[in-house]
Amino acid sequence: MTKKFRSKKAAERGANAAIYIILVIISVIWLFPFFFLVIQSLRGEEGASTMYFWPQQWTFDNYIGLFTDTDKFNFPRWYGITLVISVVVTLIQTTIVLITSYALSRLRFKMRKPLMNLMLVLGMFPGFMSMTAVYFILKLVGLTQNMGLVGLILVYVASSCMGYYICKGFFDTIPKSLDEAARIDGANRQTVFFKIILPLAKPIIIYTILTAFMAPWGEYMFASLIVNGDPDNFNIAVGLWEMLNRETINEYFTRFCAASVVVSIPITILFFCLQRYYVQGVTGGSVKG
Amino acid sequence: MTQNVTELDYLKMSAWQKFCYKFVSFFKAIPLLFLNFFKVRIPAAAKRVGLWFKNFGLTIYSAAKYGDWKTRFSFVLFGFSQLARKQWLRGLLFLAFETMFILYMALFGWQYLGMMGTLGTVESQWVENPWTGLEELVPGDNSLLILLYGLLTIIFMLAFVYAWYHSIRSAYNTQQIEEARQRLATAKDDVKSFVDDQYHKTLLAVPLAGLTIFTILPIIFMIFVAFTNYDKAHTPPGSLFTWVGFQNFIKVFGGGMAGGTFGRTFGRVLLWTVVWAFFATFSNYILGIIVALMINKKGIRFKKLWRTVLVMTIAVPQFVSLLLMGQMLGDHGIINNMLKSWGLVKDYIPFLSDGLLAKVTIIVVNIWVGIPFTMLISTGILMNIPEDLYESARIDGAGPVKAFFKITLPYMLHVTAPYLITQFIGNLNNFNVIFLLTYGGGPSLPLLGYDVTATDTDLLITWLYKLIFRNNDYGVASVISIMMFLMTAVVSLVVYNRSSAVKNEEDFM
Repeated sequence: MTKKFRSKKAAERGANAAIYIILVIISVIWLFPFFFLVIQSLRGEEGASTMYFWPQQWTFDNYIGLFTDTDKFNFPRWYGITLVISVVVTLIQTTIVLITSYALSRLRFKMRKPLMNLMLVLGMFPGFMSMTAVYFILKLVGLTQNMGLVGLILVYVASSCMGYYICKGFFDTIPKSLDEAARIDGANRQTVFFKIILPLAKPIIIYTILTAFMAPWGEYMFASLIVNGDPDNFNIAVGLWEMLNRETINEYFTRFCAASVVVSIPITILFFCLQRYYVQGVTGGSVKG
Repeated sequence: MTQNVTELDYLKMSAWQKFCYKFVSFFKAIPLLFLNFFKVRIPAAAKRVGLWFKNFGLTIYSAAKYGDWKTRFSFVLFGFSQLARKQWLRGLLFLAFETMFILYMALFGWQYLGMMGTLGTVESQWVENPWTGLEELVPGDNSLLILLYGLLTIIFMLAFVYAWYHSIRSAYNTQQIEEARQRLATAKDDVKSFVDDQYHKTLLAVPLAGLTIFTILPIIFMIFVAFTNYDKAHTPPGSLFTWVGFQNFIKVFGGGMAGGTFGRTFGRVLLWTVVWAFFATFSNYILGIIVALMINKKGIRFKKLWRTVLVMTIAVPQFVSLLLMGQMLGDHGIINNMLKSWGLVKDYIPFLSDGLLAKVTIIVVNIWVGIPFTMLISTGILMNIPEDLYESARIDGAGPVKAFFKITLPYMLHVTAPYLITQFIGNLNNFNVIFLLTYGGGPSLPLLGYDVTATDTDLLITWLYKLIFRNNDYGVASVISIMMFLMTAVVSLVVYNRSSAVKNEEDFM
C-alpha cells in the first residue's frame, strides 16, 4: 500500500516536472520575438538581418535617431497623431458603445430585433470593400489627406455601434428589478442609465476603453488609404510599414525595432494594469456567446 | 431537438456524439433557415410593409379629406400645422428638415440623380487650349461620384418621404387633439419624452446616422458596383464605367476570365480559406485548452507568471509582432541565419516562400497569436468542471489523455460552442495574420494574362485587397465579396439566432 502510494506520488512529481519543462519552453518561444525585438533595437550595425544573434556594437542611436532624424521618417509626429486618434476614438467609441448597448438591452421598441440582426450582418461584410466609397464620402466633405486625422477618427467611430455585443451581454446580466424600482420612484430612462446602469458597469466600461484605445495603434488599411501617401499624416502603423519597404529595410530595420519598442511599452503597461477587466470582458462575451 | 431524434435518444448519446449531432444539425439548419426565410420571413415582412403602406395611404387620405387648412398646408410646408398650433419644437424640426432637403437637392442632389441610368456620358479628354497651345484635361463625368452621390440622394429622398409622412400624421393628430379639446403636447413634454418613452431615439440617432453613412451606404454602393464594368480600363476620373448586368458574375463563375484560370484560382483560394479557418480555429482551441490545463494543474507554481508571459502577445500591438515575425522567418531572416551558422541546415528553409511550408508556418504563427486568447477564456471555465468527475474517472482507470477527451473537451465544447463558431468566421476574414506576416507577398499561383496573381497563402480577403488596390478590379472584387458576405452572413445568422444567449435573453431580467 505504502509503496503504491509513494510511486503515485513520484509519478505526480514526474508529471509536474514535465509540465514545468513544457511551460518553460513555451515561455521561451512566446518571449523570444519580443526579446529579439529589444536586442535588435540596440544593434549598432546596419542591415535587415545579421548572421549572429548578439549585436557586435550596442547603441542607443536607433532610439535617439527616431526622435532627432525626422526628415524621412517623422516618428514623433506619427506617434502624436496616433495618440490623438486613440484618445479621441476612445472617448467617442466608448460613449457610442455604451448608449447603443443600453438601448438594445433595456429599452423595448419595435425595430430592436431587426436592428440587432442588421448590425450583426453588416459586420460580416469585408470592411475594405466599402473603403473606396468611404474615401469619397470623406472627400466630399474635405476630410482626406490634410484633414485625414479628422476623417480617420470619423471612420473609426462611425460604425462602432456594431461592437455593442459584449457590452450588451453585460448589461443583460444587471437585474431588471433595479430599473423597475427606480422607475417606480419616478426616475426616467435617462436617470436609470446614468444613476443605475453606468455605476454598475465599471468593468465593461474599462474593457471598452481598453480595446478602443489599443485598436488604432495597429490599424493599417484605412489609415493608409485616407492619408493617401501624405507622410505628415501617417499613423504609427502606416509609418512603420513604410520603414520596412524593400528600399529602406536595410537601413531602417533596427530603427523599426526601436520604434516598435517605443510603441509597445506604454500599451503593454496599460494592458497589464487593466488585464483583469480585459479577461472579464473576453470571458463574459465568449461564454454567453 | 429536431424531429428525427427524440429527447431520450439524444440523452443516451455520448458527449462526442452529442457534439457531432449538434454540428450536423447546425448545417442542416442552414437550408431550413433559407426555407423559413422564403416561406415565413419574406411573406411576413411583405405583410408588414403592405400594412405600413396601407397606413401611409390612409393617413394621407384622411388628412387630405378631413384636415383643416392648417393641416392641408402642411402637405407643402412641413410643420406648418404644428407651428400654427403652437407646438414650436416639432414644427421647427420638421421645417428645418424640409429646408435642408430642398437646399441639398437644389445645390447638389438632382444633377447626380439624373445620370444614374447611364453613370455619365461625357468622357474627360485632353484638349488643346487655343490660348496657350497646351494640352489641358477637360474633366468629364465621373461615374464613381455619380453612383455614390446618386445613392446618397436616393437615401435622402426616402428619408424625405418618411419625414413627409410623419409630418402629416403629426399635423393631423394635432388637429384631432385640438378638436377634442385635449391638451396638446408642449415643447417641454416633447423634450421630456425624449429622455423617457422615446429615449431609444435619442440614444440611437447618432450611432445609426454614422452606421448609415459609413457602413450601409458604402455596402450598397459596392453591391451596385458588382453590376458595372468598373476595372482598370474603366477607372474614373479618366474614363467612364457603366452598367453591365451580370457579366462579372459570369466572369467569376463561368470560368471565362484570364484564359479560364481565374475560376480555378478562385476555387483554390476559396479552398485554402476554408482549410485555414478550420485549422486555425481548432489548433488554437485545443492547444489553448491544453496550455490552460497545464497552468491550472494542482501543484504547478507561478501560475500568474506563466499567464503573464503568454498574455504579452495580446498586449503588444499585433501589427508589430506579426511584421517582426515575418522578418524573422524570411529567407534571410534571423532564424535561417542562426540555423545556418550552427550548421543545422545547409540552405535556408523557405518558411514563407514555399507554398506548402508557408501555409504551415502561418498556421503555426497563428497558434502563437491565438493560444493566449483561448487560455484566458478557458481558464475560468475549466475551474467550473467539478473535480469529482476527474476523481471518478481516475478511479475507473482513465488516464489524463482519456480524461481530457472524455471530460474536458466535451465540457468546453458545450460551453464555448458559440465562441468557436465566431472564431471560425473571424478566421475566414483574418486579414492581419496573412497580410502582415507575408508582407503582402509570397509564392504565387498561376493566373494567365492577369496582372495581380493570388499567392498560395492568400485568403479571399487578402486577395480581394490586392485585386482592389493593385489592379482596381472593383467589379470582380465586388462579386467575390458579395459571395463572401452571403457565406459568412448565413452562418453567423444561424449561429446567432440559435445561440442560447438570444433564446434566453430575458432570463436575467
